[in-house]
Amino acid sequence: MITAATTAMPPIVDPSRPGDSLIGASVPRLEDHALLTGRGRFVDDIHMPGLLQAAFVRSPHAHAAIRSIDVSAALALPGVHAVYTYEDFRPHFATDRLVVGLPSSHYKQDHNRQVLAADEAVHVGEPVAIVLADTRYIAEDAATLVDVDFDPLPAVSDCRAALAPDAPLVHRESPHNLLAEFDMKYGESERVFAEAKHVFSESFWQHRGGSHSIECRGCVARHDPLEDRTTLWTSTQMPHAAMRVICEILGLHENQVRVATPDVGGGFGPKLVTYPEEICVTLAARLCGRPVKWIEDRREHFIATTQERDQYWDTEVAVDDDGRVLGIRGSIVHDHGAYTARGINLAHNSAENVPLGYEIPHYAMNVKVALTNKVPVTPVRGAGHPQGTFVMERLLDRVARELKLDRAEVRRRNMIPPEKMPYRTQLKARGGQWVTLDSGDFPACFAEALQRADWEGFPARQAAARAQGRCIGIGLSNFVKGTGRGPFESVTVRIGPSGKVHVYAGAAAMGQGTRTMLSQVVAEQLGRDLSNVTVTTGDTAATAMGLGGSNSRQTVVAGSSAHVAAQNVRAKVLKVAAVLLKATEAELEIVGNEVLVVAQPSRRVELGAIARSLVGTAGYSLPGGVSAGLEATEQVLIDDMAFSSGSAVVELEVDPETGGVHILRLVFVHDAGRMINPMVIDGQLAGGIAHGIGNALFEWMGFDENAQPVTTNLGEYLLVTSTEMPRMELHHRESPTPGNPLGVKGVGECGVIPMTPAIMSAIEDALSPFGVRINQTPITPAQLYALIAQGKQA
Amino acid sequence: MDSTLSRSISLKINGRAVQATVDVRHTLADFLRHQLELTGTHLGCEHGVCGACTVLVDGRSTRGCLMLAVQANGREVTTVEGIAALDGTLHPLQQAFKDLHGLQCGFCTPGMLTTLVELLGDNPDPTEAEVRVAISGNLCRCTGYQAIVDAALAAAKTMRGTAPAGGVR
Repeated sequence: MITAATTAMPPIVDPSRPGDSLIGASVPRLEDHALLTGRGRFVDDIHMPGLLQAAFVRSPHAHAAIRSIDVSAALALPGVHAVYTYEDFRPHFATDRLVVGLPSSHYKQDHNRQVLAADEAVHVGEPVAIVLADTRYIAEDAATLVDVDFDPLPAVSDCRAALAPDAPLVHRESPHNLLAEFDMKYGESERVFAEAKHVFSESFWQHRGGSHSIECRGCVARHDPLEDRTTLWTSTQMPHAAMRVICEILGLHENQVRVATPDVGGGFGPKLVTYPEEICVTLAARLCGRPVKWIEDRREHFIATTQERDQYWDTEVAVDDDGRVLGIRGSIVHDHGAYTARGINLAHNSAENVPLGYEIPHYAMNVKVALTNKVPVTPVRGAGHPQGTFVMERLLDRVARELKLDRAEVRRRNMIPPEKMPYRTQLKARGGQWVTLDSGDFPACFAEALQRADWEGFPARQAAARAQGRCIGIGLSNFVKGTGRGPFESVTVRIGPSGKVHVYAGAAAMGQGTRTMLSQVVAEQLGRDLSNVTVTTGDTAATAMGLGGSNSRQTVVAGSSAHVAAQNVRAKVLKVAAVLLKATEAELEIVGNEVLVVAQPSRRVELGAIARSLVGTAGYSLPGGVSAGLEATEQVLIDDMAFSSGSAVVELEVDPETGGVHILRLVFVHDAGRMINPMVIDGQLAGGIAHGIGNALFEWMGFDENAQPVTTNLGEYLLVTSTEMPRMELHHRESPTPGNPLGVKGVGECGVIPMTPAIMSAIEDALSPFGVRINQTPITPAQLYALIAQGKQA
Repeated sequence: MDSTLSRSISLKINGRAVQATVDVRHTLADFLRHQLELTGTHLGCEHGVCGACTVLVDGRSTRGCLMLAVQANGREVTTVEGIAALDGTLHPLQQAFKDLHGLQCGFCTPGMLTTLVELLGDNPDPTEAEVRVAISGNLCRCTGYQAIVDAALAAAKTMRGTAPAGGVR
């Protein structure tokens, strides 16, 4: 037998010690026990009697007309129960498009996704039919027997080529392939660039790939005719949005559809979108009268789950003799894919992020969002922000090189000083609000990162390495990331007759420890006993309104609502307890599941007794003259973002014989405001950093010239593994934001943001003897090897 | 091949004798998950790269998605459900994962745990580099691996201090 002696046990909060705050405590996560013992409940773990398995027939063409669909052979296969095409579904649609794009005045045309392709498929992987069978094996067999008569049409693969006057059309009926165009600008760039002493231009290709949560997408729908309600369990970041879209498309009202999230095996962005498959599975279950499950496989994830992809940037920076930036201008072409599955927010984020961390007096960026015959583009962890940071930091490296200044010094000369906080930029967020940096000391954070990484000592290390024939380099990047996008998250805190504290939140969990975070925030007000708290997230039947998980927002918006709701419940608890205990509220404290008179702890009343006194007894008044029930619902309104910030320094070695990159040291100093659970924050940062390293060195979602995907398994598309990861040195500064009652900022995406520029800066530094310049991400060993070879010749 | 062909198999799963009739084309992972409802074993790619479906077959880490259920006939299979002690006490690896935040979404976790159970059985005192190599066939998108590596090293330390050395059911 094995005893469970533990190691490095984090501090546990003692509810009876007033000084023991749960806020800031690295308590172990409440989610973990089930997940560690194989008792998690992910969507594919849901079994129920009569369950049918679904498989989708998908377009193998990037662009094709659909002439006819013959399902007879599939239907004839034993074990197959139904095959539905667009025509079968059509009578049940109130509308047949998923209208999900964020509002913007910049759209030139609308391209909303179809539930199933009717007569035109516009990307490889677009669903054309759904097959229901006894097992997934049979469903997949049958899907291959559905005979779709496709008539291939010219396809657009490259987003720059899409905008050429003679480009093929992504959609047959469109006037052109320009989905949207806008300018993000302030100041007088034209004048400044005309007068500037130094102007440097750079062009960049930036690529990001898929989400690749280890759990792919999936959903299970069951229609209950008794209640006339269909429940959809789906691996989504946004259940409430899914419910709304399902109701709209199927012409149902809110009580006829429930969307709930089981355990979600990672989200990272693409699961925030409502997908055609979720509509199909819901409708199929209603039509066939049996529960239906669909579980995406990894190949489908490559071709049918949204992703981020290509941006092409042409930029210029104007500086004075001292390296102070006078202005930045340029243009972006952004690959949108074939449909609007989220909006033009990524391109907006990229353009907005460029000047965020520095004082940039003049700025002008033209953005063109181009349709291509590829799966739609939506946020992946970072959501366009890494690309903006990459451009800014690469331009600053260029300035340093041209003016023969230390890269760190150029940054210091352009950073926003802390005395200017809050700093109102001249940028506007997508909702029209001014972008105002709320807090932080960027130069101090940067200085700490440099000091911890021994930036000053690096030239000596580099010289020593070069003497041994080794190419080592150091790189750096600062970043600022808007988090906690509002307007709110809805949270109810209710103490039941059992004395348990129940939390219901519109937030949606996908692995970030949302349950633990909400429990810490609520328990802090209500007895500090985490075991006395239950949390329900991601269920439209439990919370009427919810926005869900995106934009590093849940601790900011859901945490704030939970905090205020718990405070309100606490006030009511104390008021009623004072009556019941014949004491004043000031004499009381909630400890565990009881309220007691601090000076005389034998005088106590259980939370359950207070709750029971407030559910009412017929004919009797409630104690204390309070309103009925022991609960509060809050939607704390937060319009302005909370800006997290940080600095990363990377030291690495490049093998000039192979182009291989090995990261030697990685220092990351981060400011997420007040920390609820530092251990969880470290975990979030570390995962983001790994994702960013992947974006710099490994992840490439390839398409050929016909828009056929060429990386459709995890052997061709590389994710970072444990052996490529360096030991991360994570450090925190805490500048609480005044923008929410907890002072917290988001952290989920922050690790990603500075990694690509820091790594490219370090690679250039390592390969400076060869004059290697890197204006792209990712960069592969083969590409680096070629650049080194070029450098050797020159 | 007749896709409906089935065969009777008997094997041990987490110490319990199991007899079942399985379709010959069904994978071990699907058999465990959908026929036995041992859903702790997860499928992340179904082509043998991600490692989430890793189980122990006769004590050796094995991709549940690349092995047919019929191939497990006569073998002993350990899944994540069989790692903790019979009384529910967590295995030192599970405890260390919890204490050191070695999991976030938890989807890759079962494969990480089974892989590391094998490692620590073979090598009770691994270096950090050895731990990293051991789990290099297991993808995790959440943690950046660092906390997993730390948890494995901490668990190894715990197990070395615990006699007799632990095994799994």
